[in-house]
Amino acid sequence: MTAVEQPETPLGHGNMRRKEDARFIRGRGTYVDDVTLPGMLHGAVLRSPYAHARIVSIDTSAAQAHPKVRAVITGETLAGLNLAWMPTLSHDVQAVLATDKVRFQGQEVAFVVAEDRYSARDALELIDVDYEALPPVIDARQALAEDAPVIRDDLEGRTDNHIFDWESGDAAATDDVFASAEVVAAQDMLYPRVHPAPLETCGAVADMDAVTGKLTVWTTTQAPHAHRTIYALVAGLPEHKIRIISPDIGGGFGNKVGIYPGYVCAVVGSIVTGKPVKWVEDRSENLMSTSFARDYHMHGEIAATKDGRILGLRVNVLADHGAFNGTAQPTKFPAGFFGVFTGSYDLEAAHCSVTGVYTNKAPGGVAYACSFRITEAVYLVERLVDVLAFDLGMDPAELRMKNLLRPEQFPYRSKTGWEYDSGDYPTALRAALDLADYPALRAEQALKRERGEQMGIGVAFFTEAVGAGPRKHMDILGLGMADGAELRVHPTGKAVLRLSCQTQGQGHETTFAQIVGEELGISPDDIDVVHGDTDQTPFGLGTYGSRSTPVSGAAAAVVARKVRERARIVASAMLEVSADDLEWEKGRWFVRGDVEAGRTIQEIALAAHSDLELPEGVEGHLDATCVYNPPNLTYPFGAYVCVVDVDADTGQVTVRRFVAVDDCGVRINPMIVEGQVHGGLADGVGMALMQVMAFDEDGNHLGGSFMDYLLPTSMECPSWELGETVTPSPHHPIGAKGIGESATVGSPAAVVNAVVDALRPFGVRHADMPLTPAAVWSAAQGTPLRTDLAIT
Amino acid sequence: MRITVTVDGTSYTDDVEPRTLLVHHLRERLGKVGTVVGCDTSNCGACTVHLDGHSVKSCSVLAVQADGSEVTTVEGLARDGQLHPVQQAFHDNHALQCGFCTPGMIMQSIDLLADNPDPDEHAVREGLEGNLCRCTGYQNIVKAVRDAAHHMRPGAGPEAERVADTGSRTASSVGGGGE
Repeated sequence: MTAVEQPETPLGHGNMRRKEDARFIRGRGTYVDDVTLPGMLHGAVLRSPYAHARIVSIDTSAAQAHPKVRAVITGETLAGLNLAWMPTLSHDVQAVLATDKVRFQGQEVAFVVAEDRYSARDALELIDVDYEALPPVIDARQALAEDAPVIRDDLEGRTDNHIFDWESGDAAATDDVFASAEVVAAQDMLYPRVHPAPLETCGAVADMDAVTGKLTVWTTTQAPHAHRTIYALVAGLPEHKIRIISPDIGGGFGNKVGIYPGYVCAVVGSIVTGKPVKWVEDRSENLMSTSFARDYHMHGEIAATKDGRILGLRVNVLADHGAFNGTAQPTKFPAGFFGVFTGSYDLEAAHCSVTGVYTNKAPGGVAYACSFRITEAVYLVERLVDVLAFDLGMDPAELRMKNLLRPEQFPYRSKTGWEYDSGDYPTALRAALDLADYPALRAEQALKRERGEQMGIGVAFFTEAVGAGPRKHMDILGLGMADGAELRVHPTGKAVLRLSCQTQGQGHETTFAQIVGEELGISPDDIDVVHGDTDQTPFGLGTYGSRSTPVSGAAAAVVARKVRERARIVASAMLEVSADDLEWEKGRWFVRGDVEAGRTIQEIALAAHSDLELPEGVEGHLDATCVYNPPNLTYPFGAYVCVVDVDADTGQVTVRRFVAVDDCGVRINPMIVEGQVHGGLADGVGMALMQVMAFDEDGNHLGGSFMDYLLPTSMECPSWELGETVTPSPHHPIGAKGIGESATVGSPAAVVNAVVDALRPFGVRHADMPLTPAAVWSAAQGTPLRTDLAIT
Repeated sequence: MRITVTVDGTSYTDDVEPRTLLVHHLRERLGKVGTVVGCDTSNCGACTVHLDGHSVKSCSVLAVQADGSEVTTVEGLARDGQLHPVQQAFHDNHALQCGFCTPGMIMQSIDLLADNPDPDEHAVREGLEGNLCRCTGYQNIVKAVRDAAHHMRPGAGPEAERVADTGSRTASSVGGGGE
């Protein structure tokens, strides 16, 4: 099922080996830490050992005296430049270097610039900071207590740790449904704090040219243009004097969307020293201080009839946002797209409320392929459906099949206001159950249960919402979420496509060439894709939320179609016929009724640059630009089945099989889609079974390195079994939906559902992630374990 | 301290601080930036190179320990412009995405194939356990390594791509080498 056929380069969509590979397999990629500039210095960050403490004093004299140190920057230095605080993507502020107090362990306190990497680290040890410890807020459930310490006393008039309240749906109608429902099942669940942990950490090389006044920053950013605008706002530099270059990125996974203090410090370091400054964080710094994911404490209720018709959902969420609200999401969506929590089901009413609170932890929340909180939304509804199946004694696959939206209901407006574009859910679920041979699995499970062995089968069905988004509703810091594309066909018929999105491994250099190739009949090998350099590419908001294909992919198709129309006019001049008499076949305009009389796109490209006389108003050349403002999101979906074996005596879980049927509409390159799904499924197994950023009562971060923050290796991952259905997006120019985050969104619920299913003989109805051996063993003993806090 | 290390076939003599990690020596002194760093606790394997024919995590070796040794990095694998069969197999099987784990993963795969020229799926997974990947979910990497094994089997591929059938393992005996 997963065998990838490898034909020659297609003239458009289809399996095609990646253009990016040539440099990466030879060690010839260029990641930020590979960049070296003449005279470049190295920066390192001093970090807080406390979760919450007042800074009494900072003595940098010994560090300043280090022979290789060129500058030591503190919050006081930055305050003088009005840069001690910076705006976040959630209209809060975040300390660049702490001035008054520290608010999480690992927070940035000082920045050393030295001649080499090792000396910079040495000098950190020479800085003497006097802290006065304060009681921290670690458990989000205590953040709003009367006597909770106020974390953000920097904000005027702030007397508590409350950030926001947000709600969605119809509360009264939902209460009515619940009041009269035959069955109501409720469950508390935690989606624990995890971290996207890209293998390459965050970093930057900042180069302020004192002569030209131009700042160039090579940096790990998923959104280079947004970064440029934010630097302009933060540093007060004119935007045309800022050039952001996002070179090869060693994975992003949402970790590299926002601006981190280290980047700003590198910029300031370059301004202060007059030399380029490189800053690259360690893994422990990455885990402790950059954008975490999830941390949603959810109380969910599901109402149904006795025979299993789902009627309503009612949800309350407590969201732990850490010490600064740095969550990356569209402005009007403080809880992201959690509003799609009604999932794939036809309900009568639904309502959710989300409250965000400050705690003494690093900022973040939206990251790790969450599509703006859809991981949490899908996990919630898919666990609740299983809880309902548990209470009703129904098969969870049958319960889903009974309640899935039907194809004829699309486009479907959900009870919380989202318009799902297309879907054939029952077909996808049937495909997954067939691929898994579900009845045989249940029979095997029954036999094993008789023998006292624990085997679990987990089913999850999800609907994603990706491709943010319509400018009217979606912006980041006031920047509408439309994306540009520029296409230029050279005289010899080779082309260059310039994009605002930024690959971090998703294969854009290949697939975007395929999109243009499909539209123009030019080989993708003859189309270069340029991205990541704000001086070279059109404005747009970058790559996250699986938005590249929905937004930039649409822009690439539209811009290619504009070029095709220009080519039609040129061809009509070449052939001396009316443009209306021409027809298109891939790569060629020809005269209707006379297939022989035609011109290829390559011939047309040359003519467009020649002395050919063109109709008035037609400028010649073959190029075009486009800004694509999507009319709606795309709604890919999928059906997943996970099979686990659980040793109840040790708590060890083995994922034996994982079947994933995904539908992302038209597949531009199936090989790349499958690779995206494989990676996302590994994320899901990791989150469900081993990943958590835990804290002790003093706010010490207990998952701050790869010794404790566990990522799945080749040994924990099974051989994935993939299937597909194809339900195109009707509003997208090529019918393609996003896919990158689907598997990360859908798979954790499938794994947890499987483990809980395995523990059914022990009466287990729910257990929180991560289902480590200790957590599974405890659940089987009837004493659920909180793995996120060492206090409880 | 003065050390001489042969990297991808070229001999380099340098003064290094005793505390300098081999990976930083390779990257920052010798410009061999194809080998990368992914963690600070020796878990991820992104920095894997061959030291005298055996794979090591170069973040956990001091440069001075490599004095007099032969190091092969991913940059030294291609021979006369011809990709090593493992490199080719990673491309053919879409075994990389962001490419950050790839150099270390390829070096570890070559080491694994030198130990076991025809590993089954489990043996490949076990052999790569010390190399983390965040993008691929490992499956295509496993496929690539087995595909490479097939192409490297004596007689299955062009002469230049054969695994030497002698038992001794040097940097150049595993189908690529640094010369």
